[in-house]
Amino acid sequence: MRPQFISKKVGSIKFRILSPKMIKSMAAAKIVTPELYDREGYPVDGGLMDTRLGVIDPGLVCKTDGLRLKDTLGHFGYIELARPVIHIKFVKQVYDFLKCTCNSCGRILIPQKDIKKFSEILTTIGEEQSMQAQHRMVREVVTKYKGKGKCPHCAAKQGKIKLEKPYTFYEEDHKLSPIELRAWLEKIQDDDLQLFGMDSVAIRPEWMVLTVLQIPPVTMRPSITLESGERSEDDLTHKLGDVVRINQRLFENINAGAPEIIIEDLWDLLQYHVTTYFDNSIAQLPPARHRGGQVLKTLTKRIKSKEGRIRHNLAGKRTDFSARTVISPDPLIGLNEVGVPEKMAKHLTIPERITEWNKEYLLEFVKRGPKVYPGANYIIRPDGKRKAIADFTMDEITEELTEGYIVERHLLDGDIALFNRQPSLHRMSMMAHKVRVLPGKTFRLNPSVCHPYNADFDGDEMNLHVPQTEEARSEAQVLMLVQTQLISPRDGLSVVGSIHDAITGNYLLTKELILSYPESVDLLYSCGVEDLSRLPKKEKLDGKEVFSALLPKDFTFYGKDKSGNQVKIINGKLTSGLMDKANLGEESGLLLRNLYSQYGPEFTAELLGKISKLGIAVLLRRGFSIGIADLDLMPQTAKLVAESIENSLQKAFNIIEQHAAGKLQALPGRTVEETLELRMLEVLNKARNKSGEVAMKQIKENAALVMARSGARGNILNIAQMSAITGQQALRGRRIDHGFTNRTLSYFKVHDISPAARGFIKNSFKSGLNPAEFFFGAMTGRDALMDTALRTPKSGYLYRRLSNAMQDLKVEYDHTVRDASGRIVQFQYGEDGLDVSKTKAGSIDVKEIVQAVIGEKQ
Amino acid sequence: MSIKKHNLVPKHTLLTDKQKEKLLADLHVTIKELPKIRLSDSAIQPLEAKSNDIIKISRESRSAGNSVYYRIVIE
Repeated sequence: MRPQFISKKVGSIKFRILSPKMIKSMAAAKIVTPELYDREGYPVDGGLMDTRLGVIDPGLVCKTDGLRLKDTLGHFGYIELARPVIHIKFVKQVYDFLKCTCNSCGRILIPQKDIKKFSEILTTIGEEQSMQAQHRMVREVVTKYKGKGKCPHCAAKQGKIKLEKPYTFYEEDHKLSPIELRAWLEKIQDDDLQLFGMDSVAIRPEWMVLTVLQIPPVTMRPSITLESGERSEDDLTHKLGDVVRINQRLFENINAGAPEIIIEDLWDLLQYHVTTYFDNSIAQLPPARHRGGQVLKTLTKRIKSKEGRIRHNLAGKRTDFSARTVISPDPLIGLNEVGVPEKMAKHLTIPERITEWNKEYLLEFVKRGPKVYPGANYIIRPDGKRKAIADFTMDEITEELTEGYIVERHLLDGDIALFNRQPSLHRMSMMAHKVRVLPGKTFRLNPSVCHPYNADFDGDEMNLHVPQTEEARSEAQVLMLVQTQLISPRDGLSVVGSIHDAITGNYLLTKELILSYPESVDLLYSCGVEDLSRLPKKEKLDGKEVFSALLPKDFTFYGKDKSGNQVKIINGKLTSGLMDKANLGEESGLLLRNLYSQYGPEFTAELLGKISKLGIAVLLRRGFSIGIADLDLMPQTAKLVAESIENSLQKAFNIIEQHAAGKLQALPGRTVEETLELRMLEVLNKARNKSGEVAMKQIKENAALVMARSGARGNILNIAQMSAITGQQALRGRRIDHGFTNRTLSYFKVHDISPAARGFIKNSFKSGLNPAEFFFGAMTGRDALMDTALRTPKSGYLYRRLSNAMQDLKVEYDHTVRDASGRIVQFQYGEDGLDVSKTKAGSIDVKEIVQAVIGEKQ
Repeated sequence: MSIKKHNLVPKHTLLTDKQKEKLLADLHVTIKELPKIRLSDSAIQPLEAKSNDIIKISRESRSAGNSVYYRIVIE
């Protein structure tokens, strides 16, 4: 039977307490015996597995609705308790009632004349804050009047109410039994209940003391049949069994007129069982256990905490057809591809409907079965029944397959999948890729798309989702494919670009390489260029000419490279400038942006892939490596550097001497000491910069320098620190000045303010640091580490709050920005109505558009 | 002291009933959908606005030059 769906809007939700009457009228059965099954193994009538409560065995029919297993939802039942017990979850509320109402007339302990005054205040607190807050307020008000110890309505003497946790109440020294409690709560008037924020129709306080206990349907606590044929009951059934058993014994003892002590004991036991049925982790109570000593999982635990219904099943839903694993780089696959391990491809499937035209094709998949790679796992019959493909079902399935059946086939090359890395901070964090099934156990992605995902390969994992319908697939393909996301909506620049080796390679190629014609052809062909007509037919080719062969014939571009030189591309020919990070890198330069706007997403993505491959191919052929010798300074340079450092140190000592002689002039608004520190820092920083400069000027061209100049990795400062001088270490903008009393390390003299004693490292990383220097370096290193470790979560949380606050803002067709309920936030998106990703670095170049329209060239 | 003279306070003007009708028709919006401004807001004190009046705010925006906002007076 298919369920009929009716859609309605929820107007409001009201919570109330089940009254005994309600429980009885909801119940399909009254439970009277702790037995579960009879000798034949059928559920006993009036037992906890009564068939009126629903069925969990195939073949049985629910006596209430006549439905079978899986169709029946189950029905509630109830137990009549021999003696009332307190509901553990309402102990706090009962305590409030006892403290705030009269023990003989049940009225609230506030004089009649003042009730009106407080009722308004109390209701507003209840509405604006919570019922707990309202109760707190009631308690406060009552304690004001309670000093007299008498009821303002009937003048009865009021005893002090004590709660002995978890559920025993005392008035003075008299223990209040649940029967007395119930009688007391019954006396509370409906009007007084209003002051507690309770509606007497929904909540009557005496319902907080149970006289009947509701029994959940069997379907909520199914038993499992073990391999041995033995039945293992659910924890809830066990607990309810205890309750029923003790309840029956209590009944029998009361009827037999047993002594009060025995009845009291059984009553306490009943209270214990009912309490642990609701909540088995009450601090003062020993938890109920299985025979093996395992703690029972009862109602509260089912809902609460991590493995509970809310956090595990509702908030923590998991999607089907998704996969997660470690990522690794693969520069040889396309920008818009993702490498999927074969093992995963065999589990991730795509449903394809059999038609006249693809029948043969899909049958091949089915025949290969679930274990051979391009196979299929399931078929779905037109009536919606799904069937697993296995060796023993194979013949039957291939026989019956006809048009209208759906085959769930393995993932194939070219299928569309969504690829995602958390935290998903912007829309480029989830893009559609084309699947490429590859050996191995990791997802592969082109290093150029690392940037939008903010991914690296130090153990990052990513998620993959396979859309299951034609609509979803085409939507992903049109809106989310990597090439459609090349231009960032943040500043209109490309978010992908070549990185590392790809930049170095292109830099070297366009800077200095001269190739023979065959070499050039080989190079271009290796990175997927098949049309060589753009390559000039010359004996010797310039690197720029080889690079130009990739560019479209009519592309013209003017820009700058990293070192500030003009980049000129005229009619598809790079005539001056170098291809470095400023042009090929992510989020820099307009080269990629212009290509995108002129030639479209597909072309740009493909070109970027070719450019990256070209760079890598160049390095592959030319060779590119770095060694310790790359950090060597020439003898005369080393001498110059040493001199420069010596010079600066001398200056520093001069300042110290001046200070010691009291001749140091204070800078305006500074003390002499501050001036000293500032001057020292200045001189010492200058020392590093100067020797770095000297070293850079004299250094031979080498790999480290090429990487720094092209912007591939590292900068000049890094090289200077390695080969010439590491320089002054600073904490919070000051030289290192703490550690021991008046000195940084016990190695130095007290009050030593010489450069070396305050974190100046005059060695280079290559020449090696002495222990004190190394320690200073470690200090600033740790400081930087802590800083990033503390800042990342903080800024992450700030961003999260912003994105959550704005998550369902949307630009409507009338250009207004509105929230989910249609209220206007902005009359024009961004006040100017501009789509930033269609601008160049945030503004629109009108001149260029005019030129394009009237067809004039610069 | 009038805050209206401060250069960071944008210009607030009160729309007449006629302008109000026209604006709502032009924008295809109901009063509920508009952003709100408190009757007690200092910037509209000299305007003597009433509840449900519309205030036009024109301010200099860094990205878009002059930009116009409309807010409905509440309370």
